[in-house]
Amino acid sequence: MTENNVARMAHLLRRGGFGASRDQIEAALAKGYEQTVEDLLNPEGQPGIDEDVLGRYWPSILSRETLEDNQMEWIYRMVNDSRQLREKMTLFWHTIFCAGNGKVDFGRLMGLQIEMFRKDGMGNFQDLLLKLSQDPAMLYYLDNTENHRPTVNENYGRELLELFSMGVGADEEFNYTEDDVKACARAFTGWNVGATLPVFPYGRTPWQFVYDHVDHDDSEKIFLGETGRWNGEDIIEIICKQPSTARFISRKLYDFFVADEPPVPAWRQSEPRDPAAIKILEKAYFDSGYEISAMLRALFYSDFFQDESAHFAKVKSPAELVAGTLRVVGTHTTPTPSLIEPALESRYMGMDLMNPPSVEGWHTGREWIDSGTLVERINFAADLLGNTELPGVKSIVDRLMAQADTYTPEAFVDGCLDLVGPIEVSEGTKEQLVAHANGYAQLRHGTAKESTEFGHQTGEMLQLIASVAEFQLG
Amino acid sequence: MVSTKKDNTLAVLSLSGGNDFLNTVIPYTNPLYRDYRPNLGIPDDQIVPINNELGFHPAMEPLKRFWDEGNLAIFLGVGYPHPNRSHFRSMDIWHTCEPDKLGNEGWLGRAVEALDPNKENVLTGVNFGRGLPRALAKEGVPIASVGNLETYGLLTAMEQEAERDKALEVFDRIYSPAIGSGSVVDYIHSTGSDALKGADILGTAPGLYSSQVEYSNTTIGQYMRNIAQVHLAGLGTRVLYTAAPFNAFDTHANQAGAHAGLLQDVATNVDSFFSDMRDHQATENIVLFMFSEFGRRAADNGSGTDHGTGGVAFAVGENVKGGIYGEYPSLERNQLEDGGDLLHNMDFRSVYSTILERWLSVDAKPAVGGSFEQVDFL
Repeated sequence: MTENNVARMAHLLRRGGFGASRDQIEAALAKGYEQTVEDLLNPEGQPGIDEDVLGRYWPSILSRETLEDNQMEWIYRMVNDSRQLREKMTLFWHTIFCAGNGKVDFGRLMGLQIEMFRKDGMGNFQDLLLKLSQDPAMLYYLDNTENHRPTVNENYGRELLELFSMGVGADEEFNYTEDDVKACARAFTGWNVGATLPVFPYGRTPWQFVYDHVDHDDSEKIFLGETGRWNGEDIIEIICKQPSTARFISRKLYDFFVADEPPVPAWRQSEPRDPAAIKILEKAYFDSGYEISAMLRALFYSDFFQDESAHFAKVKSPAELVAGTLRVVGTHTTPTPSLIEPALESRYMGMDLMNPPSVEGWHTGREWIDSGTLVERINFAADLLGNTELPGVKSIVDRLMAQADTYTPEAFVDGCLDLVGPIEVSEGTKEQLVAHANGYAQLRHGTAKESTEFGHQTGEMLQLIASVAEFQLG
Repeated sequence: MVSTKKDNTLAVLSLSGGNDFLNTVIPYTNPLYRDYRPNLGIPDDQIVPINNELGFHPAMEPLKRFWDEGNLAIFLGVGYPHPNRSHFRSMDIWHTCEPDKLGNEGWLGRAVEALDPNKENVLTGVNFGRGLPRALAKEGVPIASVGNLETYGLLTAMEQEAERDKALEVFDRIYSPAIGSGSVVDYIHSTGSDALKGADILGTAPGLYSSQVEYSNTTIGQYMRNIAQVHLAGLGTRVLYTAAPFNAFDTHANQAGAHAGLLQDVATNVDSFFSDMRDHQATENIVLFMFSEFGRRAADNGSGTDHGTGGVAFAVGENVKGGIYGEYPSLERNQLEDGGDLLHNMDFRSVYSTILERWLSVDAKPAVGGSFEQVDFL
């Protein structure tokens, strides 16, 4: 197994999931790239995490009223569920189909929306848009609950087109008109929420989708040039066959899985970073009849994804940084209340899951980083990676010891960079790390005393690595 | 870096969770107060009167001296039209000044940008607490966010001082200004450089500080002390922000003891803070502003109060013209908002505008999203 294979597999597991320890990378390499991709693409039937265990450790999971309960559960799944791509796609849709607890103010309802992404996020895009348009948190967040036959509220209708499917425009053209927005909004009148029967005699009860045909505007509408008495389902069907929708989802997938793209509002004027890649994804969209997993398959097997230029071409989101670091250090493998810490860390780093700043979602790429969040990111990762008591860190020390009896400073730095990632750093950064390792009198682990010192040195080097700029890239 | 110029500085303390207006500044002569508060009414003999109609909750007693000295402005019935009773949304509205749509920029983030457009000082705005409140969020505006001032900095897990110093030297060299190819790594390097600079400077604040004043060992107490430390260190910080623990003031049940404890915590530490300022001859350039996202329901629910609308805010400082601003919202049943809440009669953006223009000397309009009548407390 060549280094190159390790780097490519690590890349696949970072993008198709939340990163991997060296043990996990080696297990995937034993299966091969192709089988790993297929396993990622086919979560059905795979053993995931034990839902019963979740409830036993954590009774509040049954009601999940608070935002924090739902955030803790999600972080737990990101770290521990072997169906990594399913969890990654859940995050993908959450960053696009944004509803936020800031307005919804009911963690359970947000958690149910996330569960819907988890269940349907790798299926058919038309089905997913329909589920989204019937999701109580979304209907409330974007005021479709106020969208009535006599008094149309355009909020959901507009964002469905602008932020969830077609985008404002491409190639300097607009994809739809204001009249299309109005027709779309009218088609979704009567799509509302209603109460459900309470399971518990106390607390709040989630809502369910309710279609009120009396409140629905059944008159004729012209939408994107097609005339009919369109209801929401018809609108979604028309949306899904638009080339602009294929383009939109393709660019979103590229941005999330391959390399950071400019934010959506700039897409009308800015060309994709890799137009040929977008074409491949668009083709998979239409050839498969809007199957998301078909687009993902095309993506993971493509050269543009596997190519080294795509490795580390993204700034890690806080959720990726938090979950990815936990997967490497091997903590939080049981669903205990201590999960509140990583859940809050993501918030401190600017990604309060299920509570994005607005319907446009988080600004990603380099905008994750400011002087406040960078301090949080570095300290979070360095605190964990410097702790050689943690199973994953101990495993890195053990591997280093097994690989050689004594190290030159350069080989030591290379070994640490390799086992914690592998991570690529600039030459300047590498020189500084080596210069620091040069300060150690020796790098060996023959005696018990030397072993202790070697563990300490490794922990220190891993902390330094956690603080370099390249560690922020995924 | 130490500035000798004494620029006006704003400190903000957010009373997160919805502070109960009616039991903070009590309309004790109004019989309706007793009607609404059969369980939570403060007995007459415990109320601290500030005039013939209004009195403080007894736990607010330490703030009475500021009132007597004419340094406490009280804004009655502060809020905004079409109030939202969700903590998150209402706090968002106070932070972003966007009552109708969701905004993602804060009024103080915009103010910090206006105060330091060229980003000459990475510490123009400092937040105490974990994570940045949206009030301070603005793309491209560096704000230091400090969870613990004593240990604030990078690589804080390194316990040995010498080791950490060495590691930070490595960090500094790695992050030293890049050639500027515009790459993400360059950007992270310049951001990391700012963060390290900010941490280095902030780290000096506790050492420069000595004080006889005691603060309580609570979140509010420790962060008010940190605000004093940073302000007194003269680092050129113009906006200091902190909040009570998340939703602490959300007193739906067992309010009597909890609310008294919270008000006590606020009042004693605000008192300590200004004593500290006085001892250091630093009172003339600081104003403290305190607010909450909404007031609570007029009528109690047996042991607590539910989410309401119009609330109360305060400004404290030597340059504050003490007094009552706005009118106490009517308690008449037919005057209550949606049948149960105190109607707001002053827009919070009026208070913000006054602070921005008359205290921080920045244009208020872009920061609060419009023109609002100023309030004559500064």
